[in-house]
Amino acid sequence: MGQTLLQIEDLHTQFFTSRGVVRAVDGVSLHIDAGETLGVVGESGCGKTITALSVLRLVPEPGKITSGRILFRGRDVTKMDDEEIRDFRGSDVAMIFQDPMTSLNPVTKVGFQIEEAMTAHNRFSASLAKTRVVELLKRVRVPAAETRVKDYPHQFSGGMRQRAMIAMGLANEPSLLIADEPTTALDVTVQAQIIQLMKQLNRELGTAMMLITHNMALVASLCQRVVVMYAGRIVEEGPVEQIFRSPQHPYTWSLLRSVPRVDEARKDRLVSIRGLPPDLTNPPPGCKFHPRCPFVIDRCRVEEPSLGEVALNQVARCWVLMRNVKEDDVAAAKASALSIEAAQKLKADAEAAAAEVDSVAGS
Amino acid sequence: MQAAERAPASSVTADPILLRVAGAFKHFPISGFGGGAVRAVDGVDLEIRRGETLGLVGESGCGKSTLARLITALLPATAGKIVFDGQDITRLRGWRLRRVRRKMQMIFQDPFASLDPRMTVGDILQEPLDNFAIGSMRDRRRRVQELLRLVGLNPNFTNRYPHEFSGGQRQRIGIARALAVNPSFIVCDEAVSALDVSIQAQIINLLQDLQKEFQLTYLFIAHDLAVVRHLSDRIAVMYLGKVVETAGRNDIYERPQHPYTKALLSSIPVPDPAVERERAPISLKGEIPSPVNPPSGCRFHPRCPIARAPGICSEQEPPLEAHGARDQVAACHFAGQA
Repeated sequence: MGQTLLQIEDLHTQFFTSRGVVRAVDGVSLHIDAGETLGVVGESGCGKTITALSVLRLVPEPGKITSGRILFRGRDVTKMDDEEIRDFRGSDVAMIFQDPMTSLNPVTKVGFQIEEAMTAHNRFSASLAKTRVVELLKRVRVPAAETRVKDYPHQFSGGMRQRAMIAMGLANEPSLLIADEPTTALDVTVQAQIIQLMKQLNRELGTAMMLITHNMALVASLCQRVVVMYAGRIVEEGPVEQIFRSPQHPYTWSLLRSVPRVDEARKDRLVSIRGLPPDLTNPPPGCKFHPRCPFVIDRCRVEEPSLGEVALNQVARCWVLMRNVKEDDVAAAKASALSIEAAQKLKADAEAAAAEVDSVAGS
Repeated sequence: MQAAERAPASSVTADPILLRVAGAFKHFPISGFGGGAVRAVDGVDLEIRRGETLGLVGESGCGKSTLARLITALLPATAGKIVFDGQDITRLRGWRLRRVRRKMQMIFQDPFASLDPRMTVGDILQEPLDNFAIGSMRDRRRRVQELLRLVGLNPNFTNRYPHEFSGGQRQRIGIARALAVNPSFIVCDEAVSALDVSIQAQIINLLQDLQKEFQLTYLFIAHDLAVVRHLSDRIAVMYLGKVVETAGRNDIYERPQHPYTKALLSSIPVPDPAVERERAPISLKGEIPSPVNPPSGCRFHPRCPIARAPGICSEQEPPLEAHGARDQVAACHFAGQA
């Protein structure tokens, strides 16, 4: 604990498409300490997955890391040659993905795939790898592991496949496990089991975890620290308790209020963030969130704020900050009347359409 | 002829129940391997009241999507009755069925499979309007743009194809398509699950607004119980082809009577680290059994933390009976004792 494991400094990852350069990750700096659990949250296209793929140098074409450093235990990942990076992947940092069906090879046995992950790195001999597979599957609580190693992926349920993926991720005892939406495809009771498992593994093995998700509740459940991303940038970062209790960036605030809570009766309307995330080939000037921000001021439109300290260990990229917003404005943002207007318009149209139908049916 | 057909439908509008499912079964026969059947829906009784939102929850494979397809007459029921607006729709065919379908629309789960990849978005949204001859061609084109704006898409996207959109955007096209013909009943099958949280909030608020404006009735199927609790008036919980509990949205959370409901609710994380530290999910043993050969007695007994098996739970199937709050029913021999 306390020792920095991964340090990302001013990372830029861009996609060179025919429509222009997409700045998917635009100056991200973050760190993960050994044994720590970090949540990276944001919506689709905010750059959270590309940040993770950059760490493993697995950014798909036509994407490229254009600048910045990724230091893992002091070694720069962006400067590793092919052999070094092959050795780094899986043995230092492993990644598990959202959909366990498409990440497992359907035509080879589950046990063999996990074994392969081990023998590829020459860390374990072939015979040792064989016995370790069963051990790993037991560790991720696959029942009857001795017989299930001979099963094919289609014989596993969704939750079991994700367990197998985690076992594969842990096969070479990495010090960092990146989990990209690991439970999104799973049922809630299975999700609870997988989260429980990840908590236990973090405690038992001391594996640091980077959880990439859009689900704030999962972050609350599993992580110590959280990074909120928007349009390729970090907009807020801090300890989980603090961020959930007093988010300072309007985007974080909106995210937390846009999801209903199962333990609360319906009170308010959900805060819906107006509009859509920006086009990353042509991001808005000033603060990238300003076109959607309910608390926008003139300065936001022209000048982009930097990440400033707002509390102990908490930074936010905002000119306004939630603690300076008047209560009336907060109430107005909560009411967000946008969709009522839309509904009235729809009603008028539908009535016109219904009148048309009646006249057609009558003739 | 037409007037005679229309009369009964309008005379029953006083009935507070819009849709009544009585003893519905759907078995999918298995060919070979000695026959048998997947008992996807295995004896469901359900009522949906006019203007309400009924939330239907349960895990994958519990039969909730199959039930939705029975209700919208997309699949024929093996047995049972489905009465919509006073009319048994299980036997309707041809134009009578079409007329009912204009009143009930569906938003599907998989936005990749439910949009024709060779049609432009404009054509996809215009198709229901063409099918039911709604408005002039100009009205329809204008309406398509309206619908796109309504679901948070650029109205100039009409000439694009589904593959140019993300999964979330495609789902929004599906929602726009369902809204196109101005139905009175919408089945939302995991309609917001694929959307980003901020967009999801927009759609949820929109669904609520639309409901108020047009007195829409929703059957809202989802695995996200927080969203279901927020949107629904009543909630029904399904397990392995059966409804195991139905109650008002607050009663079911505060006083769940069935042990499965309790376990399901306990496994949902809450976006609050202080609550999360204290929360202890009830972990269920094993996995959902095969619907080909469901367990004897209560279907939940092999995984139930309070089951008496061997005993009454493995021998007798518990009926849905009143337990707990008013308007709350549960199918459990030991309801409320978990």
